[in-house]
Amino acid sequence: MAALGSPLQTLRGLLRELRHASGRTGRPYRDTPAYQHIVAAFRAHRVTSEKLCRAQQELHFQAATYLCLLRSVREHAALHREYHGKGERSPEEVAGLVGFRLPQQPGGKG
Amino acid sequence: PPERKRFYQNVSISQGEGGFEINLDHRKLKTPQAKLFTVPSEALAVAVATEWDSQKDTIKFYTMHLTTLCNTALDNPTQRNKTQLIRAAVKFLETDTVCYRVEEPAALAELQKNEWDPIVAWAEKRYNVAIGSSTSILGPNIPASTKETFVSHLASYNMWALQGIEYVITQLKSLILSMGLIDRHITVEKAVLLSRLEEEYQIQRWGSVEWAHDYDLCELRARTAAGTLFVHLCSESSTVKHKLLQD
Repeated sequence: MAALGSPLQTLRGLLRELRHASGRTGRPYRDTPAYQHIVAAFRAHRVTSEKLCRAQQELHFQAATYLCLLRSVREHAALHREYHGKGERSPEEVAGLVGFRLPQQPGGKG
Repeated sequence: PPERKRFYQNVSISQGEGGFEINLDHRKLKTPQAKLFTVPSEALAVAVATEWDSQKDTIKFYTMHLTTLCNTALDNPTQRNKTQLIRAAVKFLETDTVCYRVEEPAALAELQKNEWDPIVAWAEKRYNVAIGSSTSILGPNIPASTKETFVSHLASYNMWALQGIEYVITQLKSLILSMGLIDRHITVEKAVLLSRLEEEYQIQRWGSVEWAHDYDLCELRARTAAGTLFVHLCSESSTVKHKLLQD
């Protein structure tokens, strides 16, 4: 059986990720179908208790997998923004990198 | 091409004749081939809806792995039937990452032995097959009976689940690691670590480069997690009877 940690930890992690995800739309995360579905599933199977039966283990594995998905997507997107999203620098920025300033040429290049 | 802006306010789910549908405001989501986007599992629909609702100003399709998997299942762009999918999946066994061993450097060979031998042993026991491992450039010699066992096992999955299984195998470059995930023997994090064992070894020796290593790691985890979740949601007894999943 996969080493999953505690179901309560997984649930907390999931709710944290859902908070992150819905922060952008302004809609309270408790209103989202995902939150309601997850909370209902955990309640129905009582996955926060110690002893787990097979159905509970399956649910916990699913929850842990979904948590991994949400977390990894968020981290990947953050890395993408940080390192891959900026596009080209302008000529002014490039000049500035080596300590130069572009000359002012009010009449154009001539 | 410029990224598509988020053009919808509300994302909701509804149940249609074919299954669960995703609504972006009043518009029904369609696949790239313009079919109605319908999924057989409510939990899967909720997760897809969450992907769409998580988009901020622009729609970043490269983060929407579950949507992509559903589109593939609905459109089947590579036009493969069940037999072809299974054959593609089992073929990976011939070059399975965890069976392909180095002889040098000794430290890496040792790491492969310690980390990969147990999962190979698990698969051999679980499926009652012989697999083994090899340092030959040709890879391990997989007995025909072993392949047949896996072909037979995979045939018990429906078409949607199979798309997911084949996807995970392609990401991890390993049938054995993928079965470990499908059978809930290892977590996604562990499967990805085992798949990237050589990279992890190099990172420990030479250091990590965040914009490359962590980037790849997060992406592989995201895709593998999406694929695994997709397979499980499409093979749950509550969804298996759904007509979308009748081959």
